[in-house]
Amino acid sequence: MLVSLNWLKQYVNIDGIEPAELAEKITRSGIEVDAVIDRSQGMTNVVVGHVVSKEKHPDADKLNVCQVEVGVGDVRQIICGAPNVAAGQKVIVALPGARLPGGVKIKKAKMRGVESNGMICSLQELGVEGRTVPKAYADGIYVLPEDAVPGSDALELVGLRDIVLELGLTPNRSDALSMLGVAYEVAAILSDEVKLPEINYPTTAESAESYIKVSTAASDLNPLYAAKVVKNVKIAESPLWLQHYLMAAGIRPHNNVVDITNYILMEYGQPLHAFDYNSLNSNEIVVRLANEGEKIVTLDNQERTLNSHNLVITNGKEPVAVAGVMGGANSEVTSDTTTVVIEAAYFDGFSVRRTSKELGLRSDSSARFEKGVDPNRVLLAAERAAQLLSDLAGGEVLQGTVLVDQLDKTPTRVVVSPDFINARLGMKISLEEMLSILHRLQFDVEAANGLLIIDAPTRRQDINIEEDIVEEIARLYGYDEIPMTLPEGMGNVGGLTPYQAKRRVVRNVMEGAGLLQAVTYSLTSDELAQKFALKVEDTTKLLMPMSEERTTLRQSLIPHLIEAASYNVARKADSVALYEVGSVFLGKTSEELPYEEEHLAIVLTGKWVDNAWQGEKRNVDFFVAKGIVVALFDKLGLSDRVSFEKGSVDGLHPGQTATVLLDGEKVGVIGGLHPTERKKADLKETYVAELNLYAIINATTEALVYSPVPRFPEISRDIALELDRSKAAGEIERVIRGAGAKLLKEVKVFDVYEGEKIEAGKKSVAFSLTYFDPERTLTDEEVTNAHNKVLKALAESGAEVR
Amino acid sequence: MEQQLKQLEQEALAKIEAASNLKELNEVRVAYLGKKGPITDLLKGMGKLSPEERPKMGALVNTVREHVTEQLEAKVAVLEEQAILEQLEKESIDVTLPGRPVRVGNRHPLTRVIEEIEDLFLGMGYEIAEGPEVEKDYYNFEALNLPKGHPARDMQDTFYITEETLLRTHTSPVQARTMLEKKGEPFRIICPGKVFRRDNDDATHSHQFMQVEGLVVGENIRMSDLKGTLDTMAKKMFGSDREIRLRPSFFPFTEPSVEMDISCFKCGGSGCNVCKHTGWIEILGAGMVHPNVLEMGGYDSKKYSGFAFGIGAERIAMLKYGVEDIRHFYTNDARFISQFHRTEG
Ligand SMILES: [Zn+2]
Repeated sequence: MLVSLNWLKQYVNIDGIEPAELAEKITRSGIEVDAVIDRSQGMTNVVVGHVVSKEKHPDADKLNVCQVEVGVGDVRQIICGAPNVAAGQKVIVALPGARLPGGVKIKKAKMRGVESNGMICSLQELGVEGRTVPKAYADGIYVLPEDAVPGSDALELVGLRDIVLELGLTPNRSDALSMLGVAYEVAAILSDEVKLPEINYPTTAESAESYIKVSTAASDLNPLYAAKVVKNVKIAESPLWLQHYLMAAGIRPHNNVVDITNYILMEYGQPLHAFDYNSLNSNEIVVRLANEGEKIVTLDNQERTLNSHNLVITNGKEPVAVAGVMGGANSEVTSDTTTVVIEAAYFDGFSVRRTSKELGLRSDSSARFEKGVDPNRVLLAAERAAQLLSDLAGGEVLQGTVLVDQLDKTPTRVVVSPDFINARLGMKISLEEMLSILHRLQFDVEAANGLLIIDAPTRRQDINIEEDIVEEIARLYGYDEIPMTLPEGMGNVGGLTPYQAKRRVVRNVMEGAGLLQAVTYSLTSDELAQKFALKVEDTTKLLMPMSEERTTLRQSLIPHLIEAASYNVARKADSVALYEVGSVFLGKTSEELPYEEEHLAIVLTGKWVDNAWQGEKRNVDFFVAKGIVVALFDKLGLSDRVSFEKGSVDGLHPGQTATVLLDGEKVGVIGGLHPTERKKADLKETYVAELNLYAIINATTEALVYSPVPRFPEISRDIALELDRSKAAGEIERVIRGAGAKLLKEVKVFDVYEGEKIEAGKKSVAFSLTYFDPERTLTDEEVTNAHNKVLKALAESGAEVR
Repeated sequence: MEQQLKQLEQEALAKIEAASNLKELNEVRVAYLGKKGPITDLLKGMGKLSPEERPKMGALVNTVREHVTEQLEAKVAVLEEQAILEQLEKESIDVTLPGRPVRVGNRHPLTRVIEEIEDLFLGMGYEIAEGPEVEKDYYNFEALNLPKGHPARDMQDTFYITEETLLRTHTSPVQARTMLEKKGEPFRIICPGKVFRRDNDDATHSHQFMQVEGLVVGENIRMSDLKGTLDTMAKKMFGSDREIRLRPSFFPFTEPSVEMDISCFKCGGSGCNVCKHTGWIEILGAGMVHPNVLEMGGYDSKKYSGFAFGIGAERIAMLKYGVEDIRHFYTNDARFISQFHRTEG
């Protein structure tokens, strides 16, 4: 909403208050002022000129050499390229030295050898938005009225000596979609009165009813329809002041009739529509729901196809307007119009909103109906229109208003106690103070039995409940006055849930291992949605995606982490180590929502150890990734319950993929990226892992109880085994552990060898076994016995001891 | 014999003097003082001497022995000292060379901001509530006083999955769910999480972002409690000399609704580019929970009241760390994330 202060002054006294200060007051008490716009934009040396003569430029077809009088006896030669410049016109002249918007500086100049001492201006050159400039002047200079005095301030004359407040209105404050609404707000802030327009005009003996009948077949959507008839209207330009007000409000002036309806739209917030009576081709107006598929060409010359819940205004036969949204071209006011029917109506907001959405047609009218217009201003607006058509368009208003009216215009009553208001605010505002604020707002209020009985004016559709009154009191009393307290104790302990606490541990482990936390998008492409997924289930897709990259919710975190790795490598990162904790979206629950499972994923590529000057450099490998995963399980107390086996996932290296099992159930995967995937992502050896964090964190562990620090020595024995290359060391380890029984405390791989010194297809794996008894020192014999059992089990399993 | 002894002494002392290491010294020791050495031989030959000469000679031998031993030990000390010095010299390093790198990762700046807020409120007795990113229209809108067709729904452009399910546009549905879960008991929660709006990604918009909301419901929750809580948070996040101000606003789920500004942390209020020369920076939206929302959550709005607030984590991080483009948070450039590794203050 653009509020011209020149216009606003017509209703409320704002003299003596700086626009910036007024804006601040309005913002602090309820409506955000987004901008304070000086329409003159600091322009100087812009004056009225009289084009004394116009001649063709000798060397340029499109230029004219004009002699322009810009003061008594002060005639200057100015070159002008505008097609509409003519001798005898009063025009806007920017003199040398003038500064125009956009940093334009006017200087004396020669144009094709001819001297020019200034510029004749269009409104656009003065910073007026092109879409608000009257069509006649849209492509050329602006022509001033004949009585303009050469040399006088042209900005004043074109309404640019004005300040406009741009209001950022929230949907509840539709009352401020009108100049009067803003005036009431300002008056409440400044403790002032609102001057309402006085309405009186002569009428003819003929009655409006003799011209037109009105009926509505949908009174729930259209409880009030009023029509005024004005004849002998002379279509012309509106007076300048009216045009300037409209332009300041962002509306393009057309002709006096259309401008008057727009003026009242802005003044009262009540949309009006003017029909050309003769082209209605009927003497009745019938409001009804459209027939399915019925068509209308709207004022913007677009054919619209309607459906059966769109409300239309008809001439009894065909639609002449889409109710509350836009008029029809068939009944448009033109330069030939003489008799005008003015419509002032109340249309249901929901219905208008739906229709305007369906037609993709939003207008100043629909914006107001959607949010609800003031029921008590509909008829007033019709009267105001009649008055202005009489005053400004020479119209003769026919007697009476043709009306169907079932609209409830009673104000909403809110009863609230001052104590409630103070309790909600945590304040002690006196009853007198509250009454004073409510009076400033022009709310009807009565204090009785410790209660405030309030009838809020119907323009304030947002006032319905006690809390609304709390807000009105608070905002005008001043939010700065509210003290600062903290909620009184409720015995809450608060704190993280065990899950949340463990999730923080997970992050700490990842960061301790040297990984950076990434955050990537939940939405991904169809193609990537299920890639690398631990579990592939039905996907969740957007109804109307904005792009192909973001259509579907992901089932694995790995694809976006790989993208992040590529991004970093492409920017010369020699090492990338990222982790992410985020949800994946699987199938559907009983609530019709996908099952959201929190996962952890990591991606590693490039150098892992880089200690250049000491010659230690090592690239990341599978076992770095596995080491991080193992550290996590260890930290969560699950190292005895986790196991790894050879696995397979599309997109991962078939020889470098491990399934991670917790208590024998699959909870994750670790693997090297498949060479073809690496190529696609432009990555070298890259390792990823993804774990079902939800399952892992929810695996509960026992309370931690210390075990005594060993007092007796541990005894180690080593075993070197020759195995098939494909034999899993983990399997051998299980055999050893199984046979070693309770004296065997630890089994460690300490060497793996493949190469020349061993038969092809074989590998040597060396284990170190630690025997220990917490109660005593083991004898050599006991250790040997235990160890022999291990050797025997190994032999039985086919492993060859070297 | 006496002369012989003197000569031996001279020889021994000269050899001690000449020895350059402990091994040579030991050879000297064995050669002169050992059981097969010449001094022992001399002692053995003492039997041939007269009884009067014997004690005299014995004393002389002992003196020589002692003297040689003394010199020997002194030389040992010197050589040992020398050896240590040599070792120290050999083991000396250039301590200005780089240390062995230790990989240390760090969390994402958004997590950092969210955890900072979480920790503040955990300390004030709040719990952390979480909920799904895909939500029912009911929890995201209807339970928050935004029935279908409500004009305020336009304030948030929504990614729909079906007519009834969507990507949550705020974390407020967690509030709605929590109210139903708490079954009328007072509570305080913080709800952090990812939210989504139909926006084209650019420097100031992101179709996915992070929000942290707070909700307190109790028997006597006042607007002053909201103001005090927001003030505490503003000071914690942006410095203890920050001031806050509330401005009226509108959200369908709160009444009254406010927006909170903080005094500019860059210029302190005198006006700069961060605060767009107003001295104030808009930080968050908040308000007193709308009675309809309380009722739909199973709370008697005559008995209970509450406050709620919602912050964009990106906005806080952008302001706090001076980040100029919201896309940095989702590009995952290590050169960006790793800047947020250290402690502050
Ligand atoms: Zn500042």
